[in-house]
Amino acid sequence: MNGKNLEVLVMAGLFVLLLAAPFVVYPVLMMQMLCFALFASAFNLLIGYVGLLSFGHAMFFGGAAYITAHTVKVMGFPPEAGILAGTLAAAVLALATGVLAIRRQGIYFAMVTLALAQMVYFYCLQSPYTGGEDGIQGVPRGRMFGMIDLSNDLTLYYVVLAIFTFGFFVIYRTIHSPFGQVLKAIRENEPRAISLGYRVDQYKLMAFVLSGTLAGLAGSTKAIVFQLASLTDAAWQMSGEVVLMTLLGGLGTVIGPAVGAILIILMQEKFKTLGDWVLVTQGVVFVLTVLLFRKGIAGEIAAYATRIRR
Amino acid sequence: MQTPEQTDYIIETAGLTKEFRGFTAVNNVNLKVRRGSIHALIGPNGAGKTTCFNLITKFLTPTRGTIHFNGRDITALKPADIARLGLVRSFQISATFPHLTLVENVRLALQRAAGLHYQFWRSEHALDKLNGRAMELLSDFGLADHAHLTAVELSYGRKRALELATTLALEPEMLLLDEPMAGMGGEDIARVAELIRKAAKNRTVLMVEHNLSVVASLSDKITVLARGEILAEGSYAEVSGKPEVIEAYMGTGASTGGAAQEAHAGATA
Ligand SMILES: Nc1ncnc2c1ncn2[C@@H]1O[C@H](COP(=O)(O)OP(=O)(O)OP(=O)(O)O)[C@@H](O)[C@H]1O
Ligand SMILES: [Mg+2]
Repeated sequence: MNGKNLEVLVMAGLFVLLLAAPFVVYPVLMMQMLCFALFASAFNLLIGYVGLLSFGHAMFFGGAAYITAHTVKVMGFPPEAGILAGTLAAAVLALATGVLAIRRQGIYFAMVTLALAQMVYFYCLQSPYTGGEDGIQGVPRGRMFGMIDLSNDLTLYYVVLAIFTFGFFVIYRTIHSPFGQVLKAIRENEPRAISLGYRVDQYKLMAFVLSGTLAGLAGSTKAIVFQLASLTDAAWQMSGEVVLMTLLGGLGTVIGPAVGAILIILMQEKFKTLGDWVLVTQGVVFVLTVLLFRKGIAGEIAAYATRIRR
Repeated sequence: MQTPEQTDYIIETAGLTKEFRGFTAVNNVNLKVRRGSIHALIGPNGAGKTTCFNLITKFLTPTRGTIHFNGRDITALKPADIARLGLVRSFQISATFPHLTLVENVRLALQRAAGLHYQFWRSEHALDKLNGRAMELLSDFGLADHAHLTAVELSYGRKRALELATTLALEPEMLLLDEPMAGMGGEDIARVAELIRKAAKNRTVLMVEHNLSVVASLSDKITVLARGEILAEGSYAEVSGKPEVIEAYMGTGASTGGAAQEAHAGATA
């Protein structure tokens, strides 16, 4: 069995677990996990497969959440149209910011994305449409396609699972596509890719837009689930959290970032009573993971599987 | 303005100069490479050979001067676009995609021409149709048995062979090879020399090489570079007899044989 078959097998197993999960775990918590799992997987497409560390992905997640909340609550969009609007807005924002950021390398890329995300954050804080400190609350979940009543948590869970599966599949397909192969080449040896005639900026920009769009899809979905878009979604801490989730689960692995996201959300849930100590616990867990599992949890498991197969 | 004489030359640089913060690495170089020839660029360490390659392929921007390829001014082009014109380079430090397999490495050179590079919605199995050609190239370079290893697992000599196979997969009109034999043993050198000769049948090769016996047997013309300037030009016999060339290599006057050995020792050390 090769690595890719193993990957597919693990994903199929996880999918079955996800189908059964809401009967064991509180559905809203599960939905939160799925939204962040999609967010982290989208982020990983950029850092794990192009080697670009964005420190501004909250602008796509939060920006899309605001657009969805606004279009659904104020403009009366049905939920599917609201999610679509938020996702498209994230795509446009990713294209505009990507053009500016993509020419920078390393830490400069991280800084430019952070700066752009802060501009989006301040817009969300100041704009008359976004409700300032309160955000947009009480977004109706509505009926999807006019018939599926999303006010039922269990129904909504399966809709969210469908959205997550779609987004995850797009990422999986991208990684294992002709385009993904070029991305790997750029990550492995950029000058060589250029010398083979690849205009690397174009591929990086495409990856950036794909990543930002899917991060937006995650944010839009979150806005429907929690009926809320708030400043937290667009703040720099959110950009940091997705970095953490990805590193914890395993950067550049297909499943790792989703696993990392689920663990972090679980941790925040379990240690809720600790208040501010959640951050400290999170920090300690993070440092331990980085020290013990350099490749992240999924990365170490994959490496172990490769070793025993030899 | 394109006269018949101009089109004899596939590459023509005029007054090519590169300064790094006041230090002139390449100084007023007028290099002409005849179409269909194997042209060697030699010179002591730090002479500016790699910098010349970087300028011609636009990996560096010239401080002054122009570059013409097939009579067309390419001075303002981007490096990827130069490669697309058919002017493809290798690197002094072997350049592969280390964690991809050999087949994937070579396939990357074939993907763009096959239109399989932007599709993110297609399965990578779409690339399988390129495997045949990739394997053909790999067996030309004696790498067929290793096709499913990753590049990082290869010996240094084989990495260089893989790099050459990948470069040739592009079917470039002109090849720029930066020390293709560096780090290779005797057997590999003979094989790669043969491959270069074969590759040069229907294309032009500009090659930097320290192994002077390879240079002597392969090249039609030699340009000697020292301290960023062209010191001498001509056939191996013409160039190797010139006292200024010997001096550049040795520091003092010595026999040409000595110069060749010195350069060889420098390359294999
Ligand atoms: N990016 C750079 N910045 C500053 N100086 C540089 C740079 N690249 C090259 N140089 C300098 O320019 C000079 C020429 O370097 P180059 O690499 O072209 O030499 P070379 O002829 O290829 O030598 P070798 O045979 O050792 O490969 C050297 O003195 C080198 O230190
Ligand atoms: Mg050099």
